Amino acid sequence: MKERTGTTGLVFNEPLLWEMGRTGRSGMSPPPRDVEPAEVCEELQGKGPDFPDLSEPEVVRHYTRLSQWNFGVDSGMYPLGSCTMKYNPKTNERQAARKGFASAHPLLPDELSQGALRLMAELERCLAQITGMDAGTLQPAAGAQGELTGMLIIHRWFENRDDRRTKIIVPDTAHGTNPASAALCGFRALAARSGPHGILLPETIEELMDDETAGVMVTNPNTLGLFEENMEEISRIVHERGGLVYCDGANMNALMGLVDMASTGIDILHLNLHKTFSTPHGGGGPGSGPVMVRKELEPFLPVPRVVEDESGALRLSENHPLSIGKVHTFYGNFGVMVKALSYILSMGPNLKRASELAVLNANYIKELLKDTYHLPYDRTCMHECVFTDALQQSYGVTTLDISKRLMDYGFHPPTIYFPLVVKGALMIEPTETESKETIDTFIESMRSIAREAREEPDLLLNAPHYCKTERLDETGAARKPCLAG
Amino acid sequence: MRYLPHTEGDVAEMLETLGISDMEDLFEVIPASCRRSTDLDLPRPMSEWELDHFMENLSARNTIDHDCLLFLGAGRYNHFIPETIGAVLGRSEFSTSYTPYQPEISQGTLQALYEYQTLMTRLTGMEVANASLYDGASALAEALLMAVRVTKRKKIVLSTAVHPAYRKVAATYLKPTGCEVVELPFLPSGRTDLSPLDEVAEPAVLALQSPNFFGCLEDLSRAAGLVHESGGLLAATFTEPLAFGLYRAPGVDGADIVCGEGQSLGIPVSFGGPGLGIFATLEKHVRAMPGRLVGKTRDRSGRRGFVLTLATREQHIRRERATSNICTNSSLCALASVMYLASLGGTGFRDLARLNYDKAEYLKRGLAGAGWEIPFSAPTFNEFVTAIPGDGEEVYRRLKEKNILAGVPLKRWYPDLSEHYLLCVTETTSRDRMDMLVSEVRS
Amino acid sequence: MKEISELLFPDDVFYAEDHEWARLDGGVITVGINDYAQDQLGDIVYVELPRVGDTFEKGEEFGTVESVKAVSELYMPVGGEIVAVNTDLEDSPELINQSPYGDGWLIKVKPDDETEIEELMDKETYLAMLKEED
Repeated sequence: MKERTGTTGLVFNEPLLWEMGRTGRSGMSPPPRDVEPAEVCEELQGKGPDFPDLSEPEVVRHYTRLSQWNFGVDSGMYPLGSCTMKYNPKTNERQAARKGFASAHPLLPDELSQGALRLMAELERCLAQITGMDAGTLQPAAGAQGELTGMLIIHRWFENRDDRRTKIIVPDTAHGTNPASAALCGFRALAARSGPHGILLPETIEELMDDETAGVMVTNPNTLGLFEENMEEISRIVHERGGLVYCDGANMNALMGLVDMASTGIDILHLNLHKTFSTPHGGGGPGSGPVMVRKELEPFLPVPRVVEDESGALRLSENHPLSIGKVHTFYGNFGVMVKALSYILSMGPNLKRASELAVLNANYIKELLKDTYHLPYDRTCMHECVFTDALQQSYGVTTLDISKRLMDYGFHPPTIYFPLVVKGALMIEPTETESKETIDTFIESMRSIAREAREEPDLLLNAPHYCKTERLDETGAARKPCLAG
Repeated sequence: MRYLPHTEGDVAEMLETLGISDMEDLFEVIPASCRRSTDLDLPRPMSEWELDHFMENLSARNTIDHDCLLFLGAGRYNHFIPETIGAVLGRSEFSTSYTPYQPEISQGTLQALYEYQTLMTRLTGMEVANASLYDGASALAEALLMAVRVTKRKKIVLSTAVHPAYRKVAATYLKPTGCEVVELPFLPSGRTDLSPLDEVAEPAVLALQSPNFFGCLEDLSRAAGLVHESGGLLAATFTEPLAFGLYRAPGVDGADIVCGEGQSLGIPVSFGGPGLGIFATLEKHVRAMPGRLVGKTRDRSGRRGFVLTLATREQHIRRERATSNICTNSSLCALASVMYLASLGGTGFRDLARLNYDKAEYLKRGLAGAGWEIPFSAPTFNEFVTAIPGDGEEVYRRLKEKNILAGVPLKRWYPDLSEHYLLCVTETTSRDRMDMLVSEVRS
Repeated sequence: MKEISELLFPDDVFYAEDHEWARLDGGVITVGINDYAQDQLGDIVYVELPRVGDTFEKGEEFGTVESVKAVSELYMPVGGEIVAVNTDLEDSPELINQSPYGDGWLIKVKPDDETEIEELMDKETYLAMLKEED
C-alpha cells in the first residue's frame, strides 16, 4: 500500500482555561461607556461569575491548539454510518454569515424581514420537491426534534379524531432516537424484527398493527443501509387499520432525485439538513430537522408558518387551530437553513448525481471488503454497508480495536456496535464527496488492519498510537463523574 | 460539480469492479413504482459567483440595526461579537467534526465542552451543567419534564411572565404527558404573583424567568423557599445570561434547575436560530438530567483527557426510558460561548453587564422624562416595558416610519397590555441613538 | 466476554431467567446478579437500588445496573419486602464484577412466601437455558 496517511506531528499540551490568565487581562474591547453609572438594587446584586481573565492572543492560541486535537471532515475521510459526513462547502458559511442574515432580529415586523422569510419559503419548496411530500416545517432544531414533531403530529391527528392509540411499531433497524421520541408522546414502542434479508416484512406489520397502534416509524434506507422494498405494502396495511406511517429520512442521501418518498406511502418524513444537505455538524450541533408531510397533515404543523399573500409578500402566520404548537423559541435554526439552501442551489438537479455516487461508493467498499470482513447481509446496499468483527474475533480483537487502529491510518472510525441487530457492527458510510483514491486507500487500510489483527494483534489492542491521547478510562469517568473544574 | 470528485473514468472503473455496467443497476432493488419518473424540478446549479449575488440580494431585504434604530430584545440580543470568535470557531477541526464519540481524536471539542460546562456552573451558580440543548425554550420544556421525573408529581406551575414562546413550547412538549399546568399572574410591579402557589397541592415544579419577559427581576429566593416547602423544585429560566454579571445567579438563590438561552454569549441573532440551550442543576439530580455530559478522566498512560460520560441516561442506550430524546444539540454554539466568555473574562463580564444596565437605565429615564410611562416598578436589567400614553399604536407607527422600532409590542401575547412595548438596550446602542429616540418622542 | 464454561455458578443459590440469583438464609433471601450477567455487562459503574421498606411482587423491577454503555433492569426473583440494600455498591459498584455472589450482593428480601424461591431454576436447569439462548 501507499504511504499511510496517518502520522505524528507536533501537538501541544494545553491547560484548562482557568489554569491560565491573570486577573485584569482582557481579550475584548466592547463599545465605550457613554453614560453615567446608575443606581443598582443592592438586595439583588451579585458578585458576578468567577471566570478567568485572558488576553486575545491567549484565547486564540488556546482554542487553536485544542482544535488541533480534533479530526474533522476537512482533515480526512469520516465514514461514520448514518451520519452522512460529507464535505461542508465553504461558500455556505459565507452566505450564513452575511450581515443581513446573521444580524436579522426574529421579531422584526414581517415587512422588514422579507429576505429571511423568502429564504425559508424557498427552502420549504425545494425540500417538498426533493421528497415528493406536500408541505413542511423547518422549525425542529435537529433530527430528534423532527421525530418528536412528527410524533406530536400523529398524537394530535388521533386526538382530533377522538381515537386513542397507545402504541407505535419501531423496527429493529430504526435509528436509536426513535423509541425515545415516541415515548415522549406517550406511545409505547413495539419492536418489529426485520426479516432474514434485513428488511421489514409486511406480515410482521400485519401481525402487530391493530386499532390501538398509531402506526409505524421506519427508517428508509434502514440502518443496515438497505432500501425497505416493502414500504408500499406496509403503508397500505397501516393505513387500512387507521394508522399513519412515519419515515425517518436521516438517510435521504441515498435517494435524492431517485425515489419519490411520497409514493412509498409514507405520511410524515423528517430530514437532517446537517447530514443530507451538507451543513457542518459542529462537533454535535447545531443541526436542523425539517418535517415534511402529506396535505392531510398540513394543518397540524407547528406555528408560525410562512405564508404568501396575494401580493407576493410573505408573513408569519399563527392562525392554525389544529397545529401541535411550537417546538422552538422562534422559527428553527435559520443559520443552518441558509447553508442548506446554498447547497441545494449550488447543486440543483445534480443532487441526484450526489445520491448515485454515495450509493456507488458504499457498494464499492462493500464489494472490496467483503472477503476481509464478515458481511451479514450481502445485498446491494444504499449509502452505507455494515460489516462485523466475526472473522477477527479469533485473534482476540474486536470492532472497537479495529476502529481505534483505523485512527492511526488517518481515518475516522465507522459507527460501531450499531445497528443493534448486528453483533459487533462496523457501519460504513463513505458519502459521495470522497474520491476513488481516498476510498481505495481506506479499503487498503482496512485490509492492512485485518492482516495486523492476524499477525500482530497488539497493534490493534493498544491503538491508537498517534493521537493526542491513548484510550481513555471511560469506566472511571462514569464511576466517579468529574463534570466541572 | 466541484463537490463531486468522480470522473466518468472513475465511475466506469468502480462499476466494473461491481460487475455491472450501469449505475441504474444499483437501484434495481427499489420498486419501479417508488422511483421518480422526472428530474428534480430545481433551478440549474448556480455558480459560486451567482450564489453570492443571489444571497446578497436576499439578505439585503432584511432590515438590520444598521438601517434602522432597533430597540428589540425579547429573547434575542444584539451584542458585540469580537472577530476572534469567528476566527477560532471557524476552524474546521471544530466545525466539521461529529459528536465526539471517539475521544482520542476529539479531545479539542471535548476539552472545550468541559470548559463550557464548568463556566456554565459558575455562571448559573449550580453544580453541574450539560453540554447544551437546542435553545432556551426547549431547555425549559426539558427542565419541566425532568422535575416531573424527579418529584414523581404531575403539576407544573408556570409564571405568565415567562417568555410567551417558552410557555408555548413547554405546553407543546407537555401536552401528551397529561401534566396539569397552573399559570401564575403578574403583579403591578411586573413580578410574578406567588400568592396563588399556596393553593396548589403537591407541585412538581415552579418555573420563573428572571429577568422575566418584562425585563423585571423576580424574587427567586422567596420563590425557592415557597416551592421547597411544598416539596417541589424551582426551575429558573432566563433569556439574557449577561444579567448574572450584575445580579445574583439563580443557583445562589436556591434554584434546583437553571435553564435558558445563551445566544447573548457570542452567538449572532441569526433570525432566531441557532441558539444555545443552557441547562444546569444540582449534582444529586445528575442522573435525571437530559443531554450529553463530558467528564474528565485519564488515558492508559495517566494523561488527562475527556470523554462523553453517563451516557446510559441517553436515547441511544436507554431507548424509550431515556431522560430525553435529544442527540444532536448546539455544540458549536456552546464553543462560541466559551470562547466569548474567555475573551471577556470575569472582569469584562461584570463590566459589560453593568454597561448594559446603565444604558438601559439612561433610556428609561429619558423616556420617562419625555412622558412615556414606566408601568412596572421592579428592578430591570437591559430590557424594560413602557406604556405609550394616548394613541400608543399610532405613536409607534409614526416612529417606525422614521426608521425607529421602539421595542416589541406586547399586545400580541398580553391583550391587557395594549400600548405597552418591551424595549431593549445593549452595549451596541450608543447614547446618540437613545437620544434620537427620546427627542423623537418629545417632538 | 468469557465462555460459559469459564464462569462460576455455585450450587447453593437459585437462578432466575433474567440472570439474578437468590439464596435463602434464616428466612431472608439475598439477591444479586450472577457471573454471566456481570460478565455480559462488563465494568459496572452504577447501581440503582430500592429503599429499605419498599415492597415488590415477584417479577417486578426493583432497580438497574449500569455499565458504561448498557443498562440492565433488575427483577424480583421472589415477592416481598426489602430489608437491606448493599450500600457499599454506591462507592464501589465494581464489587459486583469482583464478587457477584459475595460482596456484590444487591438486596435482602423478607419474602411473602418462602417457598416461592423453589420456583426458580437450579444450576443445571439455568445452564441448560443459557446454552439454549446461546
